[in-house]
Amino acid sequence: MKFYRSHVLIAIDDNSLKAGVKKIESLLRAKLDKNNLSEEINVLETGGLGYFGTGVSMTVYPEQITYANLKEEDINDIVEEHFLKGRVVSRLVLNSTITKKYNFNYKNRVVLENSGIIDPENIEEYIGVGGYEAWEKVLTQMKPSEVVDEVKASGLRGRGGAGFPAGVKWSFTAPIEAKQKYVVVNADEGEPGTFKDRLIMEGDPHKLLEGIMIAAYAVGATKSYIYIRGEYKLCIHRLEVAIKQANEYGILGKNIFSSGFDHEIEIKIGAGAYVCGEETALIESMEGNRGTPRYKPPFPGVEGAWHKPTVVNNVETIANVPAIIKNGADWYNTIGVEGCRGTKVYTMMGDLKLPGLCETEMGTSLRTIIDEYGGGMKDGKQFKAALVGGAAGVFLPNEMLDVKMDFNSLKEYSAVLGSGAILVMNEDVDIVDILWSIIRFFRHESCGKCNPCSNGNPVLYKLIDKIRKGKGKEADLDMMIKVSEVMNKTSFCALGQSPYMPIKSAIDNFRDDFLKRMK
Amino acid sequence: MIVYLNGKAYEAKPEETVLQLALRNGIYIPHLCYHEKTGKAAKCRACVVEVEGIPGLKTSCNLPVRDGMVVSSKSEKVLQAQRMVVDLALSSGQHDCLSCEQNGNCELQDAAYYLGIERPSFQLYDNDYEVDDSSEFIRVDRSRCISCGRCVEACNKTVVNEVINFGNRGFDTKIVFDNDLPMGTSTCVQCGECMQICPVGCIIDKRSIGSGRNWEFEKVETVCPYCGVGCRLEVHVDRKNGKIIRVNGVEDSPTNNGMLCVKGRFGFDFVNSEERLTTPLIKENGKFREAEWDEAIALVASKFSEIKKEFGSDAIAGLASAKVTNEENFAFQKFIRREVGTNNVDHCARL
Amino acid sequence: MTNDIAGIKKADVILIIGSDTSAAHPVISARIKQAVREGKSKLIVIDPKKIVMADYAEIYAAHRPGSDVAVLNCMMHEILKNGWEDKEYIKNRLEGFDEFKAEVMKDKYSPENVEKLSNIPAETLRQISELFGKAKTASLYYAMGITQHTTGTDNVWSTANLQMICGNLGVEGGGVNPLRGQSNVQGACDMGGLPNVYPGYQKVVDEKAQAKFEKAWNCKLDNKVGITVTEIFDAMYDGTLKGLYVMGENPYLSDPDQNHIIKAMERVDFMVVQDMFITETAEYADVILPAAAFAEKDGHFTNTERRVQRINKIIEPPKGVITDWEIIQLIANAMGSDWNYKSVRDITKEINELTPQYAGITWERVGRFGLQWPCPNEEHPGTPYLHKGKFARGKGLLRPIPFKEPDELPDEEYPLILTTGRVLQQFHTGTMSRKTEGLNNLAGPMVMISVDDAERMGISNSEVVEISTRRGEITAPAFVTKRISTGVIYIPFHYKESPANRLTNSAIDPIAKIPEYKVCAAKVQKIN
Repeated sequence: MKFYRSHVLIAIDDNSLKAGVKKIESLLRAKLDKNNLSEEINVLETGGLGYFGTGVSMTVYPEQITYANLKEEDINDIVEEHFLKGRVVSRLVLNSTITKKYNFNYKNRVVLENSGIIDPENIEEYIGVGGYEAWEKVLTQMKPSEVVDEVKASGLRGRGGAGFPAGVKWSFTAPIEAKQKYVVVNADEGEPGTFKDRLIMEGDPHKLLEGIMIAAYAVGATKSYIYIRGEYKLCIHRLEVAIKQANEYGILGKNIFSSGFDHEIEIKIGAGAYVCGEETALIESMEGNRGTPRYKPPFPGVEGAWHKPTVVNNVETIANVPAIIKNGADWYNTIGVEGCRGTKVYTMMGDLKLPGLCETEMGTSLRTIIDEYGGGMKDGKQFKAALVGGAAGVFLPNEMLDVKMDFNSLKEYSAVLGSGAILVMNEDVDIVDILWSIIRFFRHESCGKCNPCSNGNPVLYKLIDKIRKGKGKEADLDMMIKVSEVMNKTSFCALGQSPYMPIKSAIDNFRDDFLKRMK
Repeated sequence: MIVYLNGKAYEAKPEETVLQLALRNGIYIPHLCYHEKTGKAAKCRACVVEVEGIPGLKTSCNLPVRDGMVVSSKSEKVLQAQRMVVDLALSSGQHDCLSCEQNGNCELQDAAYYLGIERPSFQLYDNDYEVDDSSEFIRVDRSRCISCGRCVEACNKTVVNEVINFGNRGFDTKIVFDNDLPMGTSTCVQCGECMQICPVGCIIDKRSIGSGRNWEFEKVETVCPYCGVGCRLEVHVDRKNGKIIRVNGVEDSPTNNGMLCVKGRFGFDFVNSEERLTTPLIKENGKFREAEWDEAIALVASKFSEIKKEFGSDAIAGLASAKVTNEENFAFQKFIRREVGTNNVDHCARL
Repeated sequence: MTNDIAGIKKADVILIIGSDTSAAHPVISARIKQAVREGKSKLIVIDPKKIVMADYAEIYAAHRPGSDVAVLNCMMHEILKNGWEDKEYIKNRLEGFDEFKAEVMKDKYSPENVEKLSNIPAETLRQISELFGKAKTASLYYAMGITQHTTGTDNVWSTANLQMICGNLGVEGGGVNPLRGQSNVQGACDMGGLPNVYPGYQKVVDEKAQAKFEKAWNCKLDNKVGITVTEIFDAMYDGTLKGLYVMGENPYLSDPDQNHIIKAMERVDFMVVQDMFITETAEYADVILPAAAFAEKDGHFTNTERRVQRINKIIEPPKGVITDWEIIQLIANAMGSDWNYKSVRDITKEINELTPQYAGITWERVGRFGLQWPCPNEEHPGTPYLHKGKFARGKGLLRPIPFKEPDELPDEEYPLILTTGRVLQQFHTGTMSRKTEGLNNLAGPMVMISVDDAERMGISNSEVVEISTRRGEITAPAFVTKRISTGVIYIPFHYKESPANRLTNSAIDPIAKIPEYKVCAAKVQKIN
């Protein structure tokens, strides 16, 4: 192996691409070349670090100095100062301009452990950090039923929103005798303000593949699909590269490691419908039909894609699997809280000092996440509310900040963990505006299959729009609750059932915001 | 198997749903998308009921019966939800019954009536769908569509013509023909299955518009006069003027299950045609003149008798008909065999 | 049909040969499409036109019109060669197997040789044979594409041979299923509207049958077989037939070689036409008698699955119009007879008494959805499918059927094959369907011509062209399509303005006397 003096990891993700990372990377390489440093300094591409608003960023090892918000003109300084003279360009260093420091929490990461560290397009790097060991263990030492039992024992719950125990889900499909079964990964991350799955796939695609293969082995599926939203171009590219590499290495394909097990993974690209995050709508879409939910039962685990038994899991769920197998269910049970094991990746947005992603143990309080990982409130403003769980989430007021972030604890506040999106709002934010945009979103994303959702959402929108324009009455608030409550009780799928939660919590907790608009 | 519905015990069949059980026993639960033929769809959500031991509400159209199940379709909680759901459907389009062809034969109207909804609570209808009059026989007025999906199911799964599907999404969802073509230029063969199964006034018989209210017509069953499949027809006839207004297929008929083709459903103009003969005609000097029955019959009888006498029975032949009844064909061949005295009788079976 | 409509969806494999099912029998086609869509059945379509049903088929093959026996013999050749036949069934229920086998195993029916006769690739013939031969239950549907040939009887025998050796007769979901084309063509046959049989297929040459009807009708009856419709017009043409009574038929458009038909009608001394309208045929009549429509009378129709169904009077006929049987009774009595039917029910009763298959199908019993004959007594539930356990004649007879070419084949002067049929929106000679304007707007006259032929002749879509045969010529707009084989043209016969039957050949099958509408030599020319 070649020896380098320094390694420069450039984060390539959708954000940095937009900020012109490719141009900057080529400038850097040219500049290094010009200074005859190419043989000493190794430039590598990696996944995003999990923070946004940092534009183009790169980390220099072994010093572990992260430069952020880089512009083309900054490259000269970095090469001449840092690489030639060994002097850190302090004005460009991340955290240099902010009082609060990023807490990457790498030591506690499970699914994002390699993101930002390894080259996601190089299978060797994944293998180098212990990747595919779990897969090897499964194929050589475990029976499918043992894999199911291990995942069951780990207490891993689905990270797509509903929190259904993954092992239990697998145990429905595993015993079914069928010529064909499928594993489908739900990578249609459509919840507004959520991009955790994107970072997992961009930063560590092989981890996802390894998880898929283990799941497939456990349930007896010879074919898997990753249903991914079309906007995730980089993810798609990196997954394609990863699948190709895995096939070349004999980790995927026919008779893997001479075990007699065959597996094939295919990428299916979605067209950007929110409802296709619902597993049966996803299956419909994957089959080439309109993306609308199917009625259950039969559940997909029994009759899913093309009427075959199909396990559908979220990206984050699957990405937990290799670590569980490698380290065992007992290890996994040391993380998180009773009934909710492992870590959770949160997308933190809004009026925070350090918005972005963080991965932390289940059961961490909302206050800790906001203060410790989100850096606290920006610009010295007061906290007003947090919308937790995405558009279908709940507005939590100040009094509820100490709620523990896990499926069970949130339930006590009639709240949901959902996709793990946290939108933090300061005192200047008007809840009416936020609710208006949520309802507009639901109206737009209703698939049109069932009557309460496709007609109820326009009713709600008319009402909130009227209120927002100052033409509303207090009775309109009651009507919104009444309509959304019936939608909640009668809609076909979670989409139509959802508006009730943000509406009810917004009106209950922030009624004054609505009344102000009525004066 | 016993199911308790609204406090009363009913014997349930193992494969049926709660809605089927209710309807079979004459208990109405509002439903807009369910139809015996297209089956459960669980789209309209009007048929929700409460089941003891299950939280929330359940749609009865896809709820299998269970022994000892306790169901309520009339609790205040249920009715309130049903009312809102039907209200939403009613608010979604231009559901004004006054001039609607389906008035009195509309399942949305029935549901609203049952729930005591006088007019929609919301005004959602603002899309400017144009009435699609492009088809010869069928009018499509999407402003009256409630996206129940019956026509889509029927077109794809019953008659398997695979023309209708849904287009757009959410509130803007609409039925489309092929890739959103006007019905008349699409690959639609105008079998009219969609029209027969439409619960509202969206897909209607274009030619019967304005010819009268549904309840004014008498419905009589008979058999289609076209091909040999023997589809059973339900003919709507206006007794006041003796006119056939429209034709439906008989749903429980074993030959056609309610299905018809474009001829069987729409091709009955010949019955009321102005060109019908109403009097016997006799040709004189190469031209037809009208004649009385007595004269015509006497002429035919004497001519046949003369030929029989002069040239023998075999100089006469008869062509029976593949379009008249068994009784008439029987009488015809009996006439040729017995009165004329020949077996020279045939018909166009081979043609 | 040996089997019933409800049984359509119980076949594993369905073969359609010589039936444009979705055009001529749309509701049956819906059931077949359902079976395919629901994954219950696999469909094979063999037809010179790529009909709509071909879109649902596992295998579609375009054969040369008139090569049906070759294709069916080839299937049986392959089935026997590979041992896919039902050996038990052949042993227990059939006879004549050896002679039959000797014929179909001739080298001339090998896929390679039949490819030359039928234009179906040998490989496709093998695939068809395998799919059909290996099916647990296979059904066969045909219509006039099988029967309207000089070899019509041979074609039918071949379909029966195929279904017999595969053990598909007398089983639910199987059968040989001719689709009857008119509302009561089955009933007209059942009621003895044929020159050789009394009602219930009791032969006029059978002394017992003759005695039975003579006794019932109190008369002397002729024991010699009468002449068929084609022979009737020949006899009119020759002048030997002097009087013709036509009830609800329109031979002007439905019979082959129109010019011959017209001359025959001009020559006959006396012709009566009984109809709802002044049809093209009625124009040639001496007397026209107005008759009631289907909606104006009671009685029964018998459908393609032998289901006898009640038709009900819905409206009154126009003033002055009476039903067909009333007219017949008037004429009979005017000729000095003693008919005394008080109502249509009296005739139904007589049918029950004289027609064994209809004995149990009484007016009172028939119900809303009818009964399927044979129904020999009033306790019998009717018969959904025939030949269960045992054939009507005891053992099923396999006949060796050698392939014969059609009567008239294309040549230099008339290089194309003309075949005729129906379209969805029209019916037969149009007497009924063409009174509905919308149907006319949907479907007018046309000649279907392949893209290859059209390009070669410089014919564009909708261009009016002249089509001619040795018997006459017509004009029609061209419908240029890939759905028809090169060298074949297709014309629907409904239209008096473009009467296909001015062109067709009146050569007939020697046994069934059916004209060869499906094959004759023709040419197409541009006008100007």
